[in-house]
Amino acid sequence: MPVPSLFDIMGPIMIGPSSSHTAGAARLGKMAYKLAGGDIRRVVMYLHGSFAATYRGHGTDKALLAGLLNLNPSDERLRDSFQIAAEKGISYEFIPTDLGENVHPNTVRFVITDSRGETFEIMGSSIGGGQVVVSEIDGMEVNFTGERPIIITAHQDTPGVLSHITTLLFERDINIGDMRVTRSREDKSAHMYIELDSLCGQDLTAAIRCIPGITRVKLLLPIEESDVPGKENP
Amino acid sequence: MNASEILTACCKDSLLLSTFALRHETEQNGISEAVIRNRFDRMLTVMETSAAEARQNPVRSVSGLTGGDAFLYEQYRSASLLGETVSLAVACALSCSEINASMGKIVACPTAGSCGIVPAAVLAVSSSKGLDREKQINALLCAGLVGQIIGEHACLAGAQGGCQAECGSASAMAAAAVVELLGGSPEQSFDAAAIAIKNSLGLVCDPVAGLVEIPCIKRNVGGVVNALSAADLALAGIHSRIPFDDTVDALNRVGRQLPTSLRETAMGGLATTAAGIQLAEQIKQ
Repeated sequence: MPVPSLFDIMGPIMIGPSSSHTAGAARLGKMAYKLAGGDIRRVVMYLHGSFAATYRGHGTDKALLAGLLNLNPSDERLRDSFQIAAEKGISYEFIPTDLGENVHPNTVRFVITDSRGETFEIMGSSIGGGQVVVSEIDGMEVNFTGERPIIITAHQDTPGVLSHITTLLFERDINIGDMRVTRSREDKSAHMYIELDSLCGQDLTAAIRCIPGITRVKLLLPIEESDVPGKENP
Repeated sequence: MNASEILTACCKDSLLLSTFALRHETEQNGISEAVIRNRFDRMLTVMETSAAEARQNPVRSVSGLTGGDAFLYEQYRSASLLGETVSLAVACALSCSEINASMGKIVACPTAGSCGIVPAAVLAVSSSKGLDREKQINALLCAGLVGQIIGEHACLAGAQGGCQAECGSASAMAAAAVVELLGGSPEQSFDAAAIAIKNSLGLVCDPVAGLVEIPCIKRNVGGVVNALSAADLALAGIHSRIPFDDTVDALNRVGRQLPTSLRETAMGGLATTAAGIQLAEQIKQ
């Protein structure tokens, strides 16, 4: 391993008992919350591997739900998340399952329903020491770690949509770190995932929304957890 | 970066390990020394709380398997065999670990499972010797530096290297920290860290039901007592015949040689004893 930072060794400040099963789970929940735009009425969590086997004893269930309530991994309200969700009228369910052979042992698939009844699926894994990665968003393979901003779009599969978006990014001097496009042949719909090297504002999403053929845009900014010393900006 | 290079640098410029750690972090990651100190100050505050809470009021773990021992021990402590400093360290280690198991707030150092060792050593020694906050923060910086070397040349996760990588590393970090806290030299810190690793080598990670409770909570006690005795030897002027960097190499190789069943999978050791299996069954219901 390369030389770790002092803050990789000392910290994070977190709610126990496990960095991967509790702190990482809370972080995954928070990413799902952000990806869902904060509008969550119901969530079903499919737990895989070690998450499925030990989720009660590690408080993985409470931590996942706490993240979905926008709580940080260091927030002491983590352990009361069932009650807080009930107060907010958010329903939830945990289903231990098998998500497949090549799936990381600490993986969860969120199926989120928002207030308009639309559903949204996110799969992510806690890969050790509280670090997490989102591997799938609405069936699209991604590799989102919460460190860089991403844009996700749904659009009609027609020529020109991509060049419109890349032009908007170029005009703002924003470099693209990673980009994926997937499409469904049946209904001529497509999804795009763009990871950006630098921050952008909501004006960009507004501009993207105006592009002909775009049906949905989500901007996800880096996950900030000011209570976690190892994670905050210098 | 290894201990031998760090010692050369410290000797050349008469640096403490904590000063080296601060400068190195500033150079590597561009964070100012003031910001680093400030973050460590916040960690120290969380450590103080977690080291005290479960001694004052009994806490139970999420699974219900463990809890109440820090409270019990605190009641008994005035009669302890170990004397004020070591018994306080034992109590603090129990408290941090029980707070962790009860979904309370802790500082992972280096991991959540081993979160009691460094705070217990630093807080107990500071309390009995009346040392100030700045010295305590320096001790934590020194602990972090030792962990950085282990992280680079071996590993710090039970799933990779067994408990020796978690509680063993924490013990080495704590031993070096206590030496600096009590005015020992950087060389003595690494002697203490080497001795602590030597006394932890081969320790397996075999948690009952896969949870960070049995035996983790009591291994934090073993870890801090190991750290304090290693620091005491080094402060007496006793050297480790095997230098620290070599002990890290041994830790790394032993970790790789441990079978998967003894690396956090709950498929061996205490987890698969009759009692371990029974406890695991008990919480499934």
